[in-house]
Amino acid sequence: MPTSVIAVNAFTTGSRAEPNGSDRPATGPATAPDGAVRGGPRRGTGRPWRRWAVGLAVGAPLVLAGCNAYPSYGASRGATSQGQDTFKLYSGMMTTGIIIGGLVALLILFCIIRYRKRSDEMPRQFHENIPVEILYTVIPVIIVGFLFAFTVITENKVDAIQPVDASFTSTGQPVVNITVTAFQWGWRFDYPGLNVGVAGETTNGPGNHGPQMVVPVGQTVQILLVSDDVIHGFYVRDFNFSRYALPGVENRFDLNVLKTGTYPGQCTQICGLYHSEMLFSVRAVSPSAFLQWARTQRASGNVLPRSGTSAQDLPPIDTHVTNGSGYNTPSQAKGDQ
Amino acid sequence: MTTTIEPPDLITPEQPGGPDGHAGAPHHDAGDHPHHEGPTGILNWLTSTDHKVIGKSYMITSLVLFFIAGIMALVIRVQLSTPSSSLVSFQTYNELFTMHGSLMLYLFAGPFAFGGLANYIVPLQVGAPDMAFPRLNALSYWLYLGGSITMLSGFLVAGGAASFGWVAYAPLSNATNSPGAGADLWLMALALTGFSAIFTGVNLCATIFYLRAPGLTMFRVPIFSWNMLVTAILILIAFPVLFGAVVMLFCDRHFGTHIFTVQGGGVPVLWQNLFWFFGHPEVYILALPYFGMVTDIIPVFSRKPLFGYKGMVFATMSIAALSTGVWAHHMFTTGVVLLPFFSLLSYMIAIPTGIKFFNWIGTMWGGQISFQTPMLFSVGFLFAFLMGGVTGVLLASPPVDFMTHDTYFVVAHFHQVLIGTAVFAGFAGFYFWYPKMYGRMLRESLGKLHFWGLFIGFWVTFMPQYVVGLKGMPRRVAAYLPSNGWTTLNVISTVGAFIIGVSFLFFLINLWVSWRNPIPAGDNPWDGHALEWFTTSPPSHHNYTHLPPIRSERPTWDYNHPEHRTIHSGKSTPSPEPSPDGEKVGAGS
Repeated sequence: MPTSVIAVNAFTTGSRAEPNGSDRPATGPATAPDGAVRGGPRRGTGRPWRRWAVGLAVGAPLVLAGCNAYPSYGASRGATSQGQDTFKLYSGMMTTGIIIGGLVALLILFCIIRYRKRSDEMPRQFHENIPVEILYTVIPVIIVGFLFAFTVITENKVDAIQPVDASFTSTGQPVVNITVTAFQWGWRFDYPGLNVGVAGETTNGPGNHGPQMVVPVGQTVQILLVSDDVIHGFYVRDFNFSRYALPGVENRFDLNVLKTGTYPGQCTQICGLYHSEMLFSVRAVSPSAFLQWARTQRASGNVLPRSGTSAQDLPPIDTHVTNGSGYNTPSQAKGDQ
Repeated sequence: MTTTIEPPDLITPEQPGGPDGHAGAPHHDAGDHPHHEGPTGILNWLTSTDHKVIGKSYMITSLVLFFIAGIMALVIRVQLSTPSSSLVSFQTYNELFTMHGSLMLYLFAGPFAFGGLANYIVPLQVGAPDMAFPRLNALSYWLYLGGSITMLSGFLVAGGAASFGWVAYAPLSNATNSPGAGADLWLMALALTGFSAIFTGVNLCATIFYLRAPGLTMFRVPIFSWNMLVTAILILIAFPVLFGAVVMLFCDRHFGTHIFTVQGGGVPVLWQNLFWFFGHPEVYILALPYFGMVTDIIPVFSRKPLFGYKGMVFATMSIAALSTGVWAHHMFTTGVVLLPFFSLLSYMIAIPTGIKFFNWIGTMWGGQISFQTPMLFSVGFLFAFLMGGVTGVLLASPPVDFMTHDTYFVVAHFHQVLIGTAVFAGFAGFYFWYPKMYGRMLRESLGKLHFWGLFIGFWVTFMPQYVVGLKGMPRRVAAYLPSNGWTTLNVISTVGAFIIGVSFLFFLINLWVSWRNPIPAGDNPWDGHALEWFTTSPPSHHNYTHLPPIRSERPTWDYNHPEHRTIHSGKSTPSPEPSPDGEKVGAGS
C-alpha cells in the first residue's frame, strides 16, 4: 500500500516542526500558521523511531506477502471458484488493513512513548495544520476508492449466476439445479433435474450431523434457496459464502466446487430453539460418482416430494445476472404464491 | 470560525462575585445541599428535576444493568468453553444472549452516555443552569427505569424472556414462533426506553442550541457537547422508526395484521429494513458520545488544545449523515439489497473516522502526556477501536461479509467497537468526570488495575473470536461439535472474559474506597479545559454563580493560563514562557 506510506510520511513531515515546542519554549511568536515548517528535522529520538516504525509496519506484511501472495489470515482458501475469489479479496483487504492499522497503531504508540510527560514545561499550543489535515482526508478517500473497486470486481464474480433454469452453461457444461429448503430445524435438498430429494432434521438425536447435499466437482451448481418458516442462514465455511433463506424470497447463487471432499455447513441465523444443531454438510464428488449417487437415491426412494412445495412451482423470477445476488423483490415473490 | 479577540487584558470576571468570587470555596456548601426549598433525601431524589441528580440516577441504573448483562456474558462464555455444555438449556441460552445484547445496547451503552454523562456534563459545558426542559428530563429517566424493569421482568413470566436475538428478526419474533409474554415485554421495553431517548434527544438539542452561555458560539462548544448534539439529532431520526417497527410487530403479534408475515401478504424483510434504519444510526448513537468523551480527555492530559477542532465537528456530522444511509450492510446476505450502494457508503464512513484518529494523534503530538486513569482508558479506546474499525472496513465489502456474516468474526468486530467505545471511552469519561460529580477522587492505583485488567482481558477475549469465526463458528449457538476444532479458542476467550470480570471488581472496590475514604477533588483536578471545570465539585444547584470570559473552546484553561490562551484566526500562539502556575483557578489537590 504505497499510499499509506505517503500518508504517514506526510504527517510526520508536517509535524516535524512541532517538537521544538515540546522541548524548549519557542523564542517568539511564530510567523506562520501552526505546523508550518519552523526549523530543521529533529535529531533526537524522533526520526529513527519513525523510520523503524514505518519500516516495520510496511515491511512485515510485505515480507509476509512475499512468502505468499495471499496469506490466509485464518480463513479458508475456498473450495469453490467463488470462494477463492472471495478469499483473495479478503486476504488483500487484510494485508491492507494490517498495514494501515499497524501504521496508525505505531503512530499512537510513538506519541504515548515519545511525548509522555517529562517536565512541567508547557508544550506548544498548536491546534491545526491545514495541509496535513487535507492530506489525511484525501488519502483515505483514495484508499477507499481502491478497496471499493476491488470489492465490486469480486462481488460481480461471486454473484454471477447462470440464467435461471439453464441446463447447460455457455461452454456446454451441465448445470445442476438444487433447491435448498431450510426449515425449523433441518434442510431439504431437492434435485429437480434428477428427481432426487434428500432431507434431514437435525433434532433426531445426538450424533446427527444433519443431511448431506451431494454435488459434482467441476460443474456449475445453481442453488435456489428458500425457507419454509423463519429466516435461516445457509453457510459453508469452506465456500466462504453465506446467504439467508428468507420466507417469501427466492435466492439464487452458483457454486463451482473445485475439490472433492466433505464440507460442513450450518445455519448461521438464529432461528429458534435448535438453531445450534441445524447442521448439514456438502459432499463434492466426481460427476460420474454424482450420477451414481443420484441413481442410488432414486432407487432407495429419496425422490422429490409431491409437487406443490413452496419453491419449485414458482415461475422464474427477475434476476440481475450482472450484479448477482438473485435480486428479487419481496412483492414479486409474494405475488407468485 | 476565527473570531478576532481583544488583546488579552487582565481577566476581570464581569459577573457579580468580584475578582476572587469565582467558583471556589465560598460555594462549596451549596453543592451538596441545593439551596432551594423542597423535599430532601429519597423524596428529593424521586421528585428532582435537577439534571445532575437525573444524570447520576441514569448512570447508576445503567451501570447496574451493565453488570447484570456482564454476568450474562460470563454465563454465555462458560457455556461455550466446552462443546456441548449442559450449564444452561438451549432456551435459556437464547434468552441470555438476547438479553445480554438488549441490555448492553438499549439499556447501557446509550443511556449511560446520553442519559448519564451527557445529562450531567452538557449543561455544565455550555454554561446552562439545567437542561432546557427539566421535567421532561425527569420523565425520560422514569421511562427508562420503567422500560428497563419491563425488559428484565421477561425472565419472570411463563415462557421466559425474549429469545430471538436483540434484532428480533421477523418472522421469528411473531406470535407463532415466539409466543409468550417475554417477547411482548421486550417490545414494550423498547417503546418505553425509545421515548425516553427521544425526550432526552429533544432536551439536548434545545439545551445546546438555546442555553449556551454568552460568548459560547457553536464553534466554541466542546466536542463532547457537539457530539451529543449530533447524537441527539440521530436519536430523533432513528428512534421514531424503531417505535413504528415495534408497534407494527406488536400489531402482528396481537391484532391480526400481517405486516411481516408472508402468509398474509406481508414482507419479513421489511422488519430488517426498518430495524436497521434505526439500528445503524443507533450504532453511532452509541459511538459518537464516547468519541466526544475521548476528544475532551486527550487534550487535557496532553496539555494542548484539540488538534483539528473543526475537522472533528465536520467528521462527526459526516459520520452521522452517512450512518443514515448504510443500514443495509447488515443485510448483504439477504440477497435483496443493492450491494454496491450500501457498500460504498459503508466504506466512506472510514474517512471521517480516520480523520478523527489522526486528530487524536495530532492532539497528542508534541504534548506532555500524563497517564492518569482517564487518559489510560482513552488510549485503550484508541487501540480497541482501531482494531474494531479496521475489521469493520472489511465487513463493508459484500463478499467478505458473505464469508463472515453471522460468525464470531462479526461478534468479535462489534464487541471490539462497542467495548472500545462504551467501556474504554465510557469509563475514561467516568473516571474523568467523577471528581466533578462527587467532589472526590477515585484512586489512581485501583483505576490502573481496572484498566490493565480490562485491556488484557479485552484482547484475550476477542482476538480468538476472530479466529474461531474464520474457522466457521456461527454466532448464537449454544453448542458445537468437538470435531469443529473450536474448543481451545473458546476456552481462551472465556478466560479473557473472566479477566475482564475481575477488572471490574477493582472498579467496584475503587468506588467503595472513594466513598469510605474521600480524597477531595477540588474544582479542577485535571487542569481541565472546558467550562465544567470552572465551577465547584459538585456544582451548586444551578451550576454557576459566574462564568469566565469565553473566547475559545477551552475557557477554563484560558482563564487559568492567560499566557497560553487558545487563539484561532491563524494567529500564532504567544510564546509559551514557563509561568508560575500557582494561581490556577480551583486547582485541586
